[in-house]
Amino acid sequence: MSDQAPILILAIPLFSAFVISLVGGLHRTVAFGLLTGAMAGSLTMALVALGAVLQNDAPVHYQLGNWPPPIGIELVIDYLNGLVLVVVAGCALLTAVYSHHTAAREQGDRLHHYYTLFALLITGLLGMVATGDAFNLYVLLEISALSSYAMLATGRGHAYYATFKYLIMGTIGACFYLLGVGYLYIKTGTLNMADLFRLLNTPEMHASASIRVGFLLIIIGLWIKMAFFPLHGWLPNAYSRATTTTACLIAPLMTKVSVYIMIRLMFSVFSVDYVFRTIPWSRLVVWLASAAIIAGSISALAQRDLKRLLTAIIVAEIGYMVGGAWLANANGLTGAIYHILSDALMTLCLFMTVGAIILRTGSSSFSAVENLCRKMPVTAAVFLIGAAAIVGIPPTCGFFSKWYLIRGAVQAGAWHFIAALIFASLASAVVFFRLIEIAWSGTFDGHGHGTPPVARAEAPLAMLAPMVAVAALLVIVGLYTNEIVANLIRWAIPAGL
Amino acid sequence: MPLPPFTASAPLLAVLVSLAAVPLLALSRNRPNLREFWTFAAAFLKFWLVLAMAGWILQGNTISLEVLRILPELSLRFTVDGFGLLFALVASSLWIVTSMYSIGYMRGLKEHGQTRYSICFALALSATLGVAFSGNLFTMYLFYEMLSLSTYPLVAHHQDLEARSAGRKYLTYLLGTSIGLALPAMVVTFHLAGTLDFTSAGLFPAETPKATLVVLLLMFLFGFAKAGIMPFHSWLPGAMVAPTPVSALLHAVAVVKVGVFCIVRVITGVFGIDLLARLDLNTIICVIASFTVLTSSLIALTQDNLKRRLAFSTIGQLSYIILGAGLASKLGVKGSMLHIAMHAFGKITLFFCAGAIFVATGRKYISEMAGIGRRMPVTMFAFFVGSLSVIGLPPAGGLISKFLMVRGALEADMLWVLVVYLVSSLLNAAYFLPVVYKAFFCTEAEAQFAERIEEAPLACVVPPMITAAVSVLLFFYPTLFLAFASLMY
Amino acid sequence: MDTIIPYVIAKYNYWAAIILLLIGLYGMIAKNNLMKKIIGMSIFQTSIILFYVSIGEKKGAAIPILIHGHGAETAQAAIDPAAFANPLPHVLMLTAIVVGVSTLGVALAILQKIQRFHNTIEEDEILEGMQE
Repeated sequence: MSDQAPILILAIPLFSAFVISLVGGLHRTVAFGLLTGAMAGSLTMALVALGAVLQNDAPVHYQLGNWPPPIGIELVIDYLNGLVLVVVAGCALLTAVYSHHTAAREQGDRLHHYYTLFALLITGLLGMVATGDAFNLYVLLEISALSSYAMLATGRGHAYYATFKYLIMGTIGACFYLLGVGYLYIKTGTLNMADLFRLLNTPEMHASASIRVGFLLIIIGLWIKMAFFPLHGWLPNAYSRATTTTACLIAPLMTKVSVYIMIRLMFSVFSVDYVFRTIPWSRLVVWLASAAIIAGSISALAQRDLKRLLTAIIVAEIGYMVGGAWLANANGLTGAIYHILSDALMTLCLFMTVGAIILRTGSSSFSAVENLCRKMPVTAAVFLIGAAAIVGIPPTCGFFSKWYLIRGAVQAGAWHFIAALIFASLASAVVFFRLIEIAWSGTFDGHGHGTPPVARAEAPLAMLAPMVAVAALLVIVGLYTNEIVANLIRWAIPAGL
Repeated sequence: MPLPPFTASAPLLAVLVSLAAVPLLALSRNRPNLREFWTFAAAFLKFWLVLAMAGWILQGNTISLEVLRILPELSLRFTVDGFGLLFALVASSLWIVTSMYSIGYMRGLKEHGQTRYSICFALALSATLGVAFSGNLFTMYLFYEMLSLSTYPLVAHHQDLEARSAGRKYLTYLLGTSIGLALPAMVVTFHLAGTLDFTSAGLFPAETPKATLVVLLLMFLFGFAKAGIMPFHSWLPGAMVAPTPVSALLHAVAVVKVGVFCIVRVITGVFGIDLLARLDLNTIICVIASFTVLTSSLIALTQDNLKRRLAFSTIGQLSYIILGAGLASKLGVKGSMLHIAMHAFGKITLFFCAGAIFVATGRKYISEMAGIGRRMPVTMFAFFVGSLSVIGLPPAGGLISKFLMVRGALEADMLWVLVVYLVSSLLNAAYFLPVVYKAFFCTEAEAQFAERIEEAPLACVVPPMITAAVSVLLFFYPTLFLAFASLMY
Repeated sequence: MDTIIPYVIAKYNYWAAIILLLIGLYGMIAKNNLMKKIIGMSIFQTSIILFYVSIGEKKGAAIPILIHGHGAETAQAAIDPAAFANPLPHVLMLTAIVVGVSTLGVALAILQKIQRFHNTIEEDEILEGMQE
């Protein structure tokens, strides 16, 4: 069983997608049960695979159909993507539980179609993370992207146009990636990542203009996919128009997986030497990352709508991760990888609370949080923890990603990046403080001494339970940073950094 | 003698005890008496735990306890030494007195949200002791932030427009400076030194360029804005909108002293006074602190609102302490540590009195207080003693610490600092004594109160009497606190 | 000039792909009509397919079909790789075509929804409508 775990991670959600579309229409409980079960199974398999990596202290290779690479496609699970797989499957499971209440309301009798897309999206994301083949990655990228277009479009109304824009941009990004892979294929004749790594890292390949163009195309394609400044224009509209469940699923995962792929390609297809020494872009990219952080934070300061606020924050957070990866040292990369984990949790936490607020108030404007502390105390507490994580207050995990990122930046002498990180912290502190103040004081009637009593209207348990779990994880991950870094992330750092 | 296991874990317990009280306080929200009981139970337990460590520390030992290793090179660590224990002793003993006072004040004014109030108070005390016992910069930063956040609801307690804007200012100043200056300074320190654990020899390697050290020093000085160094002081007068017990304990003792404590720790444990003296960095600290001392005293003269006058006086006294530490001489540092205790008892008395006046008469302005000594003689007498201590006149404790700091200035051969001390003491006298004088000796025409004794509720009168008495006692018996301070140098 | 023209002619397949790619990109970004954007997208995707297909081609090579190639041993013996076009890029493009068609389908479906919701498929009119 355990040696089949890598393929089961993908196979379980893939087959559940078929089954849900066939029998999910019977009753919504069936669809929900199948989806949750599939996500739980996938998470279990991801944990088993990660356990095997830890136990053997070596990557787990799985050859599809027993075809040996480079001819066959293989799945490779190592420290880096083992962690990301667990993050993706875990977030998906929590969102699946959360969707019990929201998705049924949003989708009505089309719930099973929606859940089919849900399972397909997760299949695509998990596949992108697990695969060891550059072309296979493109296919899975498009599988997840197509499901995400359909899911985003279920937001109706203005979501259609936003999704259309996303579709156009997403296709450009994916095609750039495909074109870049084509360049690599011309030069090497292989698509297997390990093989590419072996063939690409020779002096003459490093000097080749085709490889350079291929690398540029791939990176730009991924930047479009992850909404890295200045290619982020599609993201705020697409994510903020989406339904609650879709936003909870897509916002934490899609961009993070793209960041993972960037890191994977930078160091497992190309190499530290190539990315940081042969081509002279790393400083420029860190500058861009700083710009992304500043732009995202400024835009966050200007928002008056919870969902749009969160999308602006995502743009800034992408800057953290890209910047960290391009700082060209181990601390920066540790920060970037750790931030994939922590940012997925923070984003999920905040989108879930916003979903609960929308459920109870019907609005996502800032005024919706009035009296939240008394109306929905648990939601308010979860929101507070999520906000603390974004601002970077210890012991939430947000602090530790900043810790590593700033250390990396000090080491690299990238002072502008430190300034940008601090600016982002302060900006998010201001924004969330404003919200918490509204949530706490509510509409003040001049004199203070309490406001009129507010009826308690907490979100249903199916939403609260995952929310509380994520909030707890934010703190737990923060407290166990040492273990996570020492046992997983440290081994994911490529030699030479 | 080996370290007894109980004492070894006492720092953690002392920090946790008020955290543990939080759920109890929340559960007993509908039974005020039970709630107050829990507060007292936690306060006494905390005080006892701190005392339990005193014997061990006084023998010249320290307690070091690693709670959690968060990163390979970064841990949550408590280290109790003389300075930390001195501060913890002051904070935990005054919590008991303040709790008593809070009951009188909050019930006397029928304030809302009393449970939230006591919960936040308990959290704030946990954070304060956490700072006092922190063994490295990271732990200190952690509890420093916790204190900022847990006191915000106290400052904005009234939840009206004024309180909200004051609360906003409070968090903006405190979080803005700590995230914007102290945190990066901490990371850079870590990058240079490879560790954050305090040592009296300083952390920085010898080859660190002076320019870097100057920048770091400034970032730390202004980063811990709780110390109220100008220009990051204006949150403190703003925070005076809070209920008076909050101003008393937090803005005369816990919060502001945490700021000062952090700065003194950074001076002694991160830079090391030898390094500061050698590179002449102490002059920078002294100039900045002196400026704040003099300016804030002058501003205090112009304030009519009693609490605001006290606030500006506090700003001055805080920089006084930093000035003492900034002399980078042993006597100066010792004096500044001692002044943390002395000023705490003196200033809390003054705040208690201001609150008692407000509860009994509803008056906030000094111009409305002529002749108040006739109506509230006990309170005003305590006020008198408190101001003696802050000014540094006998027979109150403030004199001892000021004397030490003056000797420190001589030791450091910085005579101009002597002038600062002298002028500021004169200014202190100039803004406190007229209040007392007007209270007791005013003409019939000026008097605004009838000749009838009518004090505030007992729970508001006894605490200032206690703290005033302690201030006097400290003049005659400063040995205990002095012993703690002497342990450091 | 003398050097550029032979260079262009020698790599004409790439030039064709790149010109198509730019036309497609231009359509996706600059066109106001959403339908034209979709057409641009199709051209863009097709140009990449063309690019891949052309890199598998060799001078004088036959299509890669083995007539009597059952079993590993006969296949090994019969193949002279230089005589056949590289089949792998073609196979890859089979997948890419499927992806392209699916994207086109989803895009058209969304476009239909946009048309029903906004009563137009002109981008400026949609944006105008959203501002109101």
